[in-house]
Amino acid sequence: MRPENYEAQRQPPSHEYELNIGPNHPGIEGNYAFKLRLHGDTVLEGKADAGYLHRGFEKLMEGRLWIQNLAITPRICVPDPVPMEVSYVLAVEELCGLEVPERAQWLRVLQLELSRIAAHLFTFGGHAATTGMYSTMFWGMADRDLVLDLFEELTGGRVYHIYNIPGGVRRDIPDGFLDRVKRTLDYLESRLPDYDNLLFTNQVFVQRAKGVGTMSREQALEWGVTGPNLRATGLKFDVRRDDPYLVYEDLEFEIPSEEAGDAWARTLVRRKELVESIRIARQVVAALPKIRGTIRCPIPNPLAWSVPAGSAYTRVESSKGELAWYVVSNGGERPYRTHVRGPSQMHAVQVLEKLSVGARLEDIAQTMFSLDACPPEVDR
Amino acid sequence: MRDIDYKDKGGVLNPLKNLSFFGRKAVTVPLEPRPASANYRGFHLNDWETCIGCSTCQKVCDNAAITMVRIPDLPEDPVQGIRNLRPAIDYGRCCWCALCVDLCPTGSISLSREYVHTCLDSELDSYFVLPDAKGIHGTPYPKGWAKSEDADLVALERERMEELEPAERIGHFQEIVAGYDSNQAIIEASRCVQCGMCFDACPTHMNAPEYIRAIWKGDPEQAVREIYRTNPFAHTCGRVCTHRCEDACSVGHRGTPIAIRWLKRYAMDAVDHERVKAIAAEGKARFLSGKRVAVVGAGPAGLTAAFDLIKQGHEVTVLEAQAKAGGMVRYGIPDYRMPPDRIDRDVDVITSLGVKIQYQTRVGKDVTMAELERDYDAVILTIGLWMGRSTRIPGSDSPRVKRAVTLLRDVADQVKVSIPASVIVIGGGNVAMDVARTVARLQKQTFGAVKVTVTALEDLEHFLADPQEIKEAREEGIEILDARGPQEILFKPRKYEVDKVHGLRTWRVLSIFDDQGRFAPRYDEADEQIHEGEMVIEAIGQAAEVDLLGEDLTERLEWMRGRLKVDGQGRTNLPWLWAAGDMVLGPDVVSAVADGHRVAASINTYLSIQEDAA
Repeated sequence: MRPENYEAQRQPPSHEYELNIGPNHPGIEGNYAFKLRLHGDTVLEGKADAGYLHRGFEKLMEGRLWIQNLAITPRICVPDPVPMEVSYVLAVEELCGLEVPERAQWLRVLQLELSRIAAHLFTFGGHAATTGMYSTMFWGMADRDLVLDLFEELTGGRVYHIYNIPGGVRRDIPDGFLDRVKRTLDYLESRLPDYDNLLFTNQVFVQRAKGVGTMSREQALEWGVTGPNLRATGLKFDVRRDDPYLVYEDLEFEIPSEEAGDAWARTLVRRKELVESIRIARQVVAALPKIRGTIRCPIPNPLAWSVPAGSAYTRVESSKGELAWYVVSNGGERPYRTHVRGPSQMHAVQVLEKLSVGARLEDIAQTMFSLDACPPEVDR
Repeated sequence: MRDIDYKDKGGVLNPLKNLSFFGRKAVTVPLEPRPASANYRGFHLNDWETCIGCSTCQKVCDNAAITMVRIPDLPEDPVQGIRNLRPAIDYGRCCWCALCVDLCPTGSISLSREYVHTCLDSELDSYFVLPDAKGIHGTPYPKGWAKSEDADLVALERERMEELEPAERIGHFQEIVAGYDSNQAIIEASRCVQCGMCFDACPTHMNAPEYIRAIWKGDPEQAVREIYRTNPFAHTCGRVCTHRCEDACSVGHRGTPIAIRWLKRYAMDAVDHERVKAIAAEGKARFLSGKRVAVVGAGPAGLTAAFDLIKQGHEVTVLEAQAKAGGMVRYGIPDYRMPPDRIDRDVDVITSLGVKIQYQTRVGKDVTMAELERDYDAVILTIGLWMGRSTRIPGSDSPRVKRAVTLLRDVADQVKVSIPASVIVIGGGNVAMDVARTVARLQKQTFGAVKVTVTALEDLEHFLADPQEIKEAREEGIEILDARGPQEILFKPRKYEVDKVHGLRTWRVLSIFDDQGRFAPRYDEADEQIHEGEMVIEAIGQAAEVDLLGEDLTERLEWMRGRLKVDGQGRTNLPWLWAAGDMVLGPDVVSAVADGHRVAASINTYLSIQEDAA
């Protein structure tokens, strides 16, 4: 993935200079470098360099049992790990033809939406930070921790939940958990006016974010953009509604969209999605007590588990866009090949490189964060 | 929820609305320590008392973070299925997925509710920790993620085996257990966690994990290959083995052990007999050593030794007194447990390799030991335990009182045996159950009703017979009385012939052994019972018929408590004579097989040395 490996070094003309952003900087949620060629503070060219966080997950998974891979999947994206887990287990379930109990499906939705809330708090906090507004980021991180508390209770882990297992989930909800979810959701909702005051109705931010990193709907489609970034260009496409999985068909929610296609629109879509996610989570909380039954269908001994030959592509809507696992089995005890279709791959490489041309240096960090790319997901 | 149009409202002063936050406490302060949630996946706890060292946690660990460490102070017992290994965790690798917890067969391992790992400076370099019940820091933290029914990945329930109902099976000698079909076998095999406890416990160390794995991969031929590496009595052991493997099985600690014996039976039945013969012949020596070995007795021990020796290139002749081979397996175990056609197959595999069996050749009569010593390079005695012991209570010398082994042999030989309508069996072991159930079947065929009473010295808790045997015997209408000591056989005087048996008088047993562990039963004489029956069968143990050795050889051999004295390799004090099987070890098929291998190895070494010397 390193540009110098696939391109001969060029000496820039004397009026140009090169600037290396990263691999550690607040513009993105992980180790990731962005190499700029500038004239003054105008960007002439940007080259994404994702090769700082390569852990070889896809290859690693070929050498592990189907169930051992559960521990790897969430680690691909730290801020929003749940869709990774769910998508992988959906793929294995599809290959094996497992019937997931309904209760497990609702629990997965609850987990997915809580994860989306946590990820969005992280992202628009981060976006604010790239414009120098650190209070929003601190708040976002602090409030996200309350969601992580819920995860800790439900799954036993704060960040890497490893809660899903092919066939269902690993634990039922603890006593009184739904009340605590309700309380946290109420609290998060009550915090929204504070966030609005500080960020979303704050003209310092609004004016700063508007018109930055603009892309049209056509460009977005051409570049493979999905998720909030696509919806910020006015196209209401959401896997949850357009290719429903789990029990999303039974849930009521809106697909927020904006027209402008700029950094402001992208962050605003996330702000609105947060409200929708709270709404979905509340529906799950209301529905769960009525849905009884097991949380996992019987599965074979993990050490003996051979998944029938075939391939599965299962996509889910992550907080960053369409996320999918492509899993191929040759009938063995380990995957023959796995591949992540991560939204960040498109957003952080081709989109960012295109959007940065002609942008001003001070907007680059903002563009990057508003695209909400997750570096570990770019180079697995 | 209010909905604002973010584009138009608001101004640069909007953030000032949040000025009230200056008066509030920061969310980060105070940061009071709180316990982690009840399901938290913290650091490992391992209850060493419950842990059996089966290493399943190590197998499922996706980052190879677990190493099994030998703790010499802890007990190790292969028969019970306990190893003194305990998992040590490399926290540089652990990813806290808790699969080790979910797949632990015993449930000993769990994760604590401890958030933070702190250690001394001196320990800084090492993330390698051996957790015990107190966790990794020696300070107890409550359990977090532990074994739960929801997340348990061990399949505890055995795949059901079809069996004949009691009413159906009592009328004939057909096999009770139906055996698994391929689907059931794969499901049952897939429960195995491949810990190898069975391998450790098995007297002949069968590669059970390997053949179970082959079965779950749908490859019974490979399973047969694995089976024949260590056991040529595969059909036999697939049916009547005492299955110590299953007693040691780690899955059995919380659930039902893997049906290892039935899986072996499945593999053997699933593969064509000709194929089995070809597989068994793999690895047979292509040369002849020119050495000749005689085996006395074509039972499991003798034929196993013959199987090994013929594969090593020696010429083997087996001398068998009976008309058919198989020894006690054929003549001591009733057909409903061990169908004779399966013994034929086991024997056929062995003879197909070139082992010669001379039937109806009784050593001591048709050929003497001295002749064997002269004609062969080595001789193995595997004569089993064919002489039934007697209780020696008053009346036991009557011809109306039978010995279990004699009766079972007669039934197997299809000699006409006349069984009266009511029978008493003395003894509480598997032979007692075998004879009681055989008699019950014969009664059912002749009289249409079963009346068999089994009286055993032991109480039910210490019964020597398999619980399964006891259960099935009871289902078939056999009355089992525990803790009854036989005192006298009662006779009804008849005018002309010998007296007719009328019943058995017993006292209740208080204890069987004295303080030194010697056999010295004490009885409660007040609790006397008379059991009615027209025939008494003694099934209290067997002895070897050693008179075939001849007086001279008996003199030259060393004996210990009535048994032939042998060393660890089955050698007697005479260089050309080995002994193995039940006559050395006591009755058990699989131990006899193991012993057969042992003497074969010893003889092979002996013959090779002889060759070198010559």
